[in-house]
Amino acid sequence: MSAPVRPPRPAAPPLARRPVPVIFERGAPGRVGYSLPQSDVPDVPLDAIIPAAQRRLRPAALPEVSELDVVRHYTALSHRNYSIDEGFYPLGSCTMKYNPKINEDVARQPGIARLHPYQPEELAQGALQLLWELEHDLAEISGMDRVTFQPAAGAHGEMTALLMIRRYFEDRGERRTTVVVPDSAHGTNPASAAIAGFQVIEVKSDRRGNIDLEALRAVLTPEVAALMLTNPNTLGLFEEQIREVARAVHNVGAQLYLDGANFNAILGITRPGDQGFDVMHFNLHKTFTTPHGGGGPGAGAVGVRAHLVPYLPVPTIERDGQRFVLDYDRPKSIGKVRAFYGNFGNLVRAYTYIRSMGAAGLREAAEMAVLNANYMLRRLRDHYDLPYDRVCKHEFVLSGRRQRDRHHVTTKDMAKRLLDYGFHSPTIYFPLIVEEAIMIEPTETESLQTLDAFIDAMTAIAQEAETNPEIVRSAPHETPVTRLDDVTAARKPILRWRP
Amino acid sequence: MYPKELRYSTEHEWVRLEGGRARVGITKFAADRLSDVVYVELPKVGSEVAFMQPFGVVESVKAVSDLYAPLSGKVVEINQALVEKPEVINTDPYGAAWMIIVEPRDLKELAQLLDAGAYMALVGERPS
Repeated sequence: MSAPVRPPRPAAPPLARRPVPVIFERGAPGRVGYSLPQSDVPDVPLDAIIPAAQRRLRPAALPEVSELDVVRHYTALSHRNYSIDEGFYPLGSCTMKYNPKINEDVARQPGIARLHPYQPEELAQGALQLLWELEHDLAEISGMDRVTFQPAAGAHGEMTALLMIRRYFEDRGERRTTVVVPDSAHGTNPASAAIAGFQVIEVKSDRRGNIDLEALRAVLTPEVAALMLTNPNTLGLFEEQIREVARAVHNVGAQLYLDGANFNAILGITRPGDQGFDVMHFNLHKTFTTPHGGGGPGAGAVGVRAHLVPYLPVPTIERDGQRFVLDYDRPKSIGKVRAFYGNFGNLVRAYTYIRSMGAAGLREAAEMAVLNANYMLRRLRDHYDLPYDRVCKHEFVLSGRRQRDRHHVTTKDMAKRLLDYGFHSPTIYFPLIVEEAIMIEPTETESLQTLDAFIDAMTAIAQEAETNPEIVRSAPHETPVTRLDDVTAARKPILRWRP
Repeated sequence: MYPKELRYSTEHEWVRLEGGRARVGITKFAADRLSDVVYVELPKVGSEVAFMQPFGVVESVKAVSDLYAPLSGKVVEINQALVEKPEVINTDPYGAAWMIIVEPRDLKELAQLLDAGAYMALVGERPS
């Protein structure tokens, strides 16, 4: 019997596909990442300065790692990120467009980045001027009269706006208890309304994907404080009856709120103020190219028409001749909703974007976003169901119903399979009114080649669902971790690492 | 799939009259569409529910959805076992996955609910 041949050592998987251990699994007992000089003052016994009852019994179980361990650990994790700087990110409703690097250059200038929020007005005139100009740019773009930058993100903007609406009605001696949202709304809309103390009424969409005007009229009473509408809505469709909607809302004395998440589709083409909206939020981190998506912080500016201006958070930024001043003397204001003046660094980025694009550039961005979406829609519509068949705006919603019913392949399976093709998945299972929804938003910043590559991947997956469904059902196969058991994760979550 | 003795709401709840009381759950169609249910939130015993108003929440790996009361009345019993094991909704929607028992305030509301045939038409299924 011959000696067994030792099998060759398997090649290690490429770095980018190796699992990253948690930081507690790195290092060794006693290893530290610092070296301090000998203390030149006498030791004080711990008991003398901290009562025993307030001291922990065992030392905290901190990772014991060197500086290099830490650097390697977080660098490895950063390689697992997927971002718009790496690839296509067609996440519907999120406007994952390219964030120009000039924004970073401007925001990182020391005169801007090192400004202290407590610096007196006279030493921060440039920053105040920038905020003042950004406010007036956004007012012009949206048809609103004034804008606040305090809200930290979109949902915070919703809440801020609803608190202003509340105060407005209290001021007028009106008691209004209800906010209306369509069934296609972002989930944050009813949540913000509830947080602001309102009851929520949901209204159905009609067959064309608009808010159902008759159903809306049926719930509009003097109890209603506001209708929260997204336009274009989450189906990527422009509300065709927006003027009638505005009239119906205003006829009962209610306010019309725009969820501005989809503002990218209409920049420079139509203005919410002209459509009849009284108040809106902007997602500066979507439409105006400030970073977003877990990388935060966001920036959810809120614009209002004149009748709501007295209720804006303090301070507002006012121009007094050649000087810019912070105005806290606003007795009807809802107060502050955040420290200082909002996420200033992101406001600088939004300002940079608007000024480098110019009016014509912003309009062209919207036109390209809409063109790209319609191109993809036309090329994908034969492979997937299209529940609302209209010319879309900046995004569109397909359905994986056909693949589910014929091949038992769900939208989730197909979204996972896209990872194998090297793409971030679109938004799925939203809006809720579309079964097996696949919501695709290409944005204006992608080239024809990128759009075609994604279309080819989606087409190939539709094919696979027919011919090799198992490969789709068990996807992804090429990622560092493959299919996760999200059901068990939700039912029996493990929320901390244990040795 | 859709027992004849039940009445159905357009929001996919079923109701079964048992003497003077009404047992409530969600349909097989709803359970299938939700996919794997991971969480259910039910009202307190003694609370009031109103016709076609939300009485609880069901969460699946796909979505969070409101549960709508197919009848107005007082909640006299809830299915605590379901809260512990919400996945039963996917396997036994008309049996072990009942949600609440209501003492109905107005049985006339039943007339506004659908019978099995009308419900099947609503969800686009042919009678078997």
